[in-house]
Amino acid sequence: MADIVPLLQQQILSARDQGTKLNIIGGTSKAFMGRVASGDPLNVGGHRGIVSYQPVELVLTARAGTPLIELVAALDEHDQMLSFEPPRFSAASTLGGTLACNQSGPGRPWWSSVRDQVLGVRLLNGRGEHLRFGGQVMKNVAGYDVSRLQAGAMGSLGLITEVSLKVLPRPAVSCTLAFDLGLEDALGLMNRRAAEPKPLSAACWLDNRLYLRLSGAPAAVDATVRQWLGQGERLDDGDAFWVALRDQKLAFFAGKAPLWRFSVNPTAANPALEGDWLIDWGGAQRWYRGDASMAQMQAMAEAAGGQVSLFRGGDRQAEVMHHQPQALQTLQQRLKQSFDPDGVFNPGRLYGWM
Amino acid sequence: MTEVSKPDKARLVELLRRFIDPESVIDDAETQRPYECDGLSMYCEMPLVVVLPDTVEQVQQVLRICHQHSIPVVARGAGTGLCAGAMPHAEGVVLSLAKFNRILSIDPLARSARVQPGVRNLAITEAAAEQGLYYGPDPSSQIACTIGGNVAENSGGVHCLKYGLTVHNILSVEMLSVEGEKLSIGSQGLDSCGMDLLALITGSEGLLGIITEVTVKLLPQPEKAQVVLAAFDSVQQAADAVGGIISRGIIPAGLEMMDTHAIRAAEDFARAGYPGNAQALLLCEVDGTIEEVQEHIAQVEGLFASFGATSVRTSQSETERALLWKGRKSAFPAVGRISPDYYCMDGTIPRSQLAHVLTEMQRLSGEYQLRVANVFHAGDGNLHPLILFDANVPGEFEKTEEFGARILELCVQVGGCITGEHGVGIEKIRQMPIQFNEQELLQFNAIKDAFDPAGTLNPGKGVPTLRHCQEYRSLETKTMPPSTSVKGAA
Ligand SMILES: Cc1cc2nc3c(=O)[nH]c(=O)nc-3n(C[C@H](O)[C@H](O)[C@H](O)COP(=O)(O)OP(=O)(O)OC[C@H]3O[C@@H](n4cnc5c(N)ncnc54)[C@H](O)[C@@H]3O)c2cc1C
Repeated sequence: MADIVPLLQQQILSARDQGTKLNIIGGTSKAFMGRVASGDPLNVGGHRGIVSYQPVELVLTARAGTPLIELVAALDEHDQMLSFEPPRFSAASTLGGTLACNQSGPGRPWWSSVRDQVLGVRLLNGRGEHLRFGGQVMKNVAGYDVSRLQAGAMGSLGLITEVSLKVLPRPAVSCTLAFDLGLEDALGLMNRRAAEPKPLSAACWLDNRLYLRLSGAPAAVDATVRQWLGQGERLDDGDAFWVALRDQKLAFFAGKAPLWRFSVNPTAANPALEGDWLIDWGGAQRWYRGDASMAQMQAMAEAAGGQVSLFRGGDRQAEVMHHQPQALQTLQQRLKQSFDPDGVFNPGRLYGWM
Repeated sequence: MTEVSKPDKARLVELLRRFIDPESVIDDAETQRPYECDGLSMYCEMPLVVVLPDTVEQVQQVLRICHQHSIPVVARGAGTGLCAGAMPHAEGVVLSLAKFNRILSIDPLARSARVQPGVRNLAITEAAAEQGLYYGPDPSSQIACTIGGNVAENSGGVHCLKYGLTVHNILSVEMLSVEGEKLSIGSQGLDSCGMDLLALITGSEGLLGIITEVTVKLLPQPEKAQVVLAAFDSVQQAADAVGGIISRGIIPAGLEMMDTHAIRAAEDFARAGYPGNAQALLLCEVDGTIEEVQEHIAQVEGLFASFGATSVRTSQSETERALLWKGRKSAFPAVGRISPDYYCMDGTIPRSQLAHVLTEMQRLSGEYQLRVANVFHAGDGNLHPLILFDANVPGEFEKTEEFGARILELCVQVGGCITGEHGVGIEKIRQMPIQFNEQELLQFNAIKDAFDPAGTLNPGKGVPTLRHCQEYRSLETKTMPPSTSVKGAA
């Protein structure tokens, strides 16, 4: 539990004065993401602790360096949860890093993303100013939505110091069904199931098996299981599967082969690329293991109505995020400039041009 | 950009009529009149010209001309906004998107719809109904308001407690920059690489660009929905009951509260059977699978009783559900009948402060000698105090605005904000410095600069410029003179 804003502020101001760059570090669990980091370490891990948590308000505010597991432990006591199921790539994964990298787990299409649940942030910009945007209430449309703008910016706009989130009650029960199905059939079924008003909360396909999670009131889950089970199987330990998927601990994620992430139209035909695929988010997030060229992957992602990134491994000196059209590149450079005029934070981490 | 001499009105009209149907370039006062204000009719202004283009290329062309000559551009949807966001600029062009009213496609399997910005909110839900789908955010103005306006305001509705605001329910937008350049923001996937520009655009009140297309998410219609109506002897009890439901792990589809003035007005108007002697009334809707609704309704009924409800009534049919909602949904017009004019505020507070804020508001009501009726989204703490007044009484509107400003200050004091869903526009620009300090306002200005360096998109709205800030500090809460009387904002 410590507030180290003055120290962080001082580091930013002195970097600015000396013309040096800073590499924002939370818990190092996502050091593999983005392009190679450069600059002097700016450690936000020491800035931690829950600032306020009112279960009846469904709002939690914590310092950015707070480890996710600490938040989850506090929420557990009140049967509440971080509904976006953030990956814990390690026990040190922090709240700030989760927002900056926009990381959400299997429940994302049904239970929202970290970006969706953010209500407000405090951040230190490149001028060392400690600013507050959004708030701790569910609805707030005063001023531009700077809080959600941070999602995916990977620290390029500033150092997030505090985050307020909407949290949700934990569903009373969850149950996982598994079906033997090929990729295409599974994609079709996932989407048809998602269009039904049933308590679906996750849908993943891996190794010719479709996994569906149902969560909610016991009567609703039981009734849906009866309707959907058919030739499928009810897993005893479904939760373990979703945790391993969330934290990328499944065998699919092991080894050194480059890991690509596609964020696409959930109904799009899967890219015609031989190799290992894993489909999550009911078809909207797809993972591929193997060597490929960025240009080729981008063309396939665009054909599927979305984007691709080289999530882990491969060449991290080159661009790892989907190409931005010139107009959007210019806009993001100008936004960067508006927050961080001297380019102190995370140079080139998101894109080479940032 | 070559700054050739700025065209006068006649010349501008001529330039615009070269590529837009002459009838759709409105330059006479009489035909312009309906455009002089939005739903907040205390604030009005006549523009130079109103244009109603019907192709994106025409919009681009309008923007190019205006950009070249630094002419202000105010985008307009249906004009139902409640913050004077769409109020014209005296030297500017009103860019109406009303003709962009086509639903381009619906993809039932992917659960999304591509629509033009002038499509009405309810029209999307109606078009998707055949496929068993609907569009989540349901502002009370949904019959009239457009999706472009919804994106620009990040509008919510009765059901956003469970289903989220506009920002949670859109996948992408097509937008034109101030220079008329096309930008595609978002994708058919659930996220995109880089900064979240889609979130930045949502709620940006027409200050960052013109939205020309929106892809929205659609949701499966719930199998069942039921609403419970509960009456209480005090606002405190009702507020506690709201907390009780949330703590029990139930997220209702909607959870609305009305106070005694609002209850009486709504009952006289809608005859929904609201208990006339109640001090506070809660409407709690639960939706989901048949089994889930059954389970949760029983819990909600029990909870209300345990929190001291004097009566609890659950809808037993779709007709009854619609009737119970009718009172709430017509609360604004209903209040319009018990007072010559009313002024709707939109602060949001932490739920735990509900009783405190309502009590304090009653005290202020006494101080200003103006009645307040309260209708609000209790589940998410979004208040809609309606201050009742008579614009024909000299000085009463000024008093009303001052009272309103005190309410917003109170909201910020207890940890809330000045606007939950109606936006800042012109109306709340003087309260922005209460919620944000100078550095924060400067950061907002810097964001605006990144998109619109000359500041011609909807100038004077949303975010005070530094000049504003200084002015407002010295002016404090002095009010602006109203140009016309109020015609009930709903
Ligand atoms: C009776 C009543 C009830 C209401 N209930 C609710 C409610 O429950 N929840 C809620 O959130 N709001 C509510 N509102 C407010 C209002 O309906 C919303 O703000 C709505 O989104 C405005 O849509 P519009 O099409 O009328 O936009 P307008 O009023 O025309 O414009 C609103 C703003 O959006 C900008 N804009 C419009 N179109 C575009 C575009 N294509 N590109 C860029 N900028 C654009 C305008 O410049 C302006 O700043 C209510 C209003 C009324 C009158």
